[in-house]
Amino acid sequence: MMQKVFTRPRTLKDVPTHYCPGCTHGIVHRLVAEAIDELNVFDRTIGVAPVGCSVFAYNYFDCDMYEASHGRAPAVATGIKRVLPDRVVFTYQGDGDLAAIGTGEVVHAAARGEKITVIFINNAIYAMTGGQMAPTTLIGQKTTTTPYGRDRELNGSPVKICEMLGVLDGAAYIARVSVHNPANVVKAKKAIKRAFEVQMAGHGFTLVEVLSACPTNWGLAPDEALRWLADNMVPYYPLGEYKAPEEI
Amino acid sequence: MAKILMKGNEAIGEGAVRAGCRYFFGYPITPQSELPHYLAKRMPQVGGVYLQAESEVATINMVYGAAGAGARVMTSSSGPGISLMQEGISYVVGAELPCVIVNMMRGGPGLGNIAPAQSDYFQATRGGGHGDYRMIVLAPASVQEIIDLMQDAFDLADRYRNPVMLAGDGVLGQMMEPVELGEEKEVRIPPRPWAATGRTGGEKHLINSLYIVPEDLEKHNIRLAAKFAAMEKEEQRWEDYLAADAELVLVAFGTAARVCKAVVDRCRREGKAVGLIRPLTLWPFPVKAFQPLLATAAHFLTVEMSMGQMVEDVRLATRECRPVYFYGRCGGMLPVAGDVYAAVQKILAGGEAK
Amino acid sequence: MFQAILIAGFGGQGVLSTGQLLAYAGMLEGRHVAWIPSYGPEMRGGTANCGVTIADRPISSPVVSEPTTLIAMNRPSLEKFEPDVQPGGLILVNSSLIDIKARRTDVRVEYIKANELAEEIGNSKVANNIILGALLEITGVVSIDAVEESLRKVLPAHHHDLIPVNRRALELGRELMREKGTEKR
Ligand SMILES: Cc1ncc(C[n+]2csc(CCOP(=O)(O)OP(=O)(O)O)c2C)c(N)n1
Ligand code: SF4
Ligand SMILES: [Mg+2]
Repeated sequence: MMQKVFTRPRTLKDVPTHYCPGCTHGIVHRLVAEAIDELNVFDRTIGVAPVGCSVFAYNYFDCDMYEASHGRAPAVATGIKRVLPDRVVFTYQGDGDLAAIGTGEVVHAAARGEKITVIFINNAIYAMTGGQMAPTTLIGQKTTTTPYGRDRELNGSPVKICEMLGVLDGAAYIARVSVHNPANVVKAKKAIKRAFEVQMAGHGFTLVEVLSACPTNWGLAPDEALRWLADNMVPYYPLGEYKAPEEI
Repeated sequence: MAKILMKGNEAIGEGAVRAGCRYFFGYPITPQSELPHYLAKRMPQVGGVYLQAESEVATINMVYGAAGAGARVMTSSSGPGISLMQEGISYVVGAELPCVIVNMMRGGPGLGNIAPAQSDYFQATRGGGHGDYRMIVLAPASVQEIIDLMQDAFDLADRYRNPVMLAGDGVLGQMMEPVELGEEKEVRIPPRPWAATGRTGGEKHLINSLYIVPEDLEKHNIRLAAKFAAMEKEEQRWEDYLAADAELVLVAFGTAARVCKAVVDRCRREGKAVGLIRPLTLWPFPVKAFQPLLATAAHFLTVEMSMGQMVEDVRLATRECRPVYFYGRCGGMLPVAGDVYAAVQKILAGGEAK
Repeated sequence: MFQAILIAGFGGQGVLSTGQLLAYAGMLEGRHVAWIPSYGPEMRGGTANCGVTIADRPISSPVVSEPTTLIAMNRPSLEKFEPDVQPGGLILVNSSLIDIKARRTDVRVEYIKANELAEEIGNSKVANNIILGALLEITGVVSIDAVEESLRKVLPAHHHDLIPVNRRALELGRELMREKGTEKR
């Protein structure tokens, strides 16, 4: 008998995405969808995607979705979860979105212990708008708004979200993962699933930061981009769990 | 001097630098991003500062600080970002600070899209923020005009100690056209004796919009209103393109006006008396342009990249003693000359425009 | 004269800079010119296009929605924009990369194996200028000299050694059309 070993998750629609070749947004969509499928919560999951390259995530996730304004997804998710406490609510946000304009919203959602899961795509750039410096852009990294390289004196240092949020009492699960190779993709999947489980157990705020590649705006070929991520981002943004409940 | 090809967004940047602006605070948004890209390169070359903020709420407040400190300063965005700035703009007016704010308009409401639009007219001209305020809104229609207007934008901001908005759209920002930059002039920035730069032995200065005692705030409001009245009297600008003897006068600004000009040309070739009033200041609206036309024009047709906003000002300016028709495309669509021409034909034949 | 030219292909094919070169040449010849790119997330799929308008009167809208000429540098561009070309207009197809034929019968269509031809004259990067040469021959929109002059202006000095091969590409495109006994319109 033939056995299917690889199928499209129920939570993902069978449509082509608009992402560039080598973009890791697609992988992360898949991991989120698999986690939702495996936890069997597809029917009661609600996603929130603000602007960024993933602004059309509502076309790819087959669960109910909201489109939110730039940076405000955690506030929108708060509104949803307070009305529907038994639903599983996640946001899917970029680094410009979450760590710049939306810093207030994510910090206070975490501080309040909102029982939501934030998927945080750190690609060290504003991709959607044409490759500008993000709060997470590395020192020396050239972008369209740091043509001479990010300068600590002018722009300060990259923001480390997991380290920041990990100290808040309301945060229940905070982890940083990467998707630059298969072993890390497996770990990323585990963390994402864990975050959803912690949300569902009612422990509080959960966030998984995913180090991601943007070959287009980094000006690198897809394989070079993954190498650049491993060589430059991983050392600055250490992987691992920053906060986790002892048991669920 | 030789002409060069330049993008509208870059022309804003170069125009600002040439006008003596040395501080730019920005946040990425399409379709104005080439402006921050340009200034990120250019500002360090002239000893200026380009700083990317964490949001538009922050940029406008950085502008507030820099203007209060006496700098020629600018920020720029598009629809959603300009909406976030509204609170700050209200404070800038309240504290009487000069600055320039650029809005390269895109389709709305909400996230809308990034295609060109003119649907922020109400927001720009009616005060999108709270309180009793006005600001001059300039609407260029070509890359050359952007260059020519930037100096004026900063000068007007200084003259009235009030923000000035430059309202363009995605087309103007993205397109390249030949421009003549001209010689770089030496810029005279008027002194700012009111700036709060540390007392250094002098008297105390305060940058503020709080007047907790109603009597005081009323006085402040009346003083501001006198400034706004002076702007209305002195600063109305427009281009009159064959409107004087026109039976039908088109009214349009920015990109829409370019399309209308082609329609006027075609009509004139065919012997039809059609003209155009192109407001260069959206506020103060060029009411003066319409006064003589009330005796000569039989119809007005407003053409906008929105569902009809400026048309209300045209109705006010014509005191509704002539019919004012409207033709608009929106959502990022542009009016097409052939369609505007058809609307003109219909009106001239005694019918109605869309 | 009124020419509204749409140049469309993948990002990285030099579509935008070819358009700028054309606009620049028009400016040097004293015409009214405008150039406008497609922008925004549509770039994600890797496509790029720009409109160039060259005219002897002021240009109303720079957006080229009904091109007089379409230069299609890849198949999706041909499929997408072919229907928009004005009747009596022109479609230049880079047949090195496009294996289908245009369907329109009310426009002139020329197929140019630009990439192969560019290799033959020793620089794969000048494919666009071969097509540009064909455009100049058929439409007379600007002169080859003006394009060469523009190259001198837009290329940084250390790339000026590339001007001769670019000129050769333009001339090759022109010759290809001449061989077909083209009449200037
Ligand atoms: C108020 C407001 N300002 C700016 C924008 C423009 N904008 C759209 S997406 C985006 C950020 C994209 O960067 P990021 O969140 O890192 O996501 P990525 O595209 O890198 O995945 C910005 C600034 C907007 N939509 N709204
Ligand atoms: S621009 Fe970058 S983040 Fe956006 S889809 Fe392309 S690769 Fe992905
Ligand atoms: Mg990003």
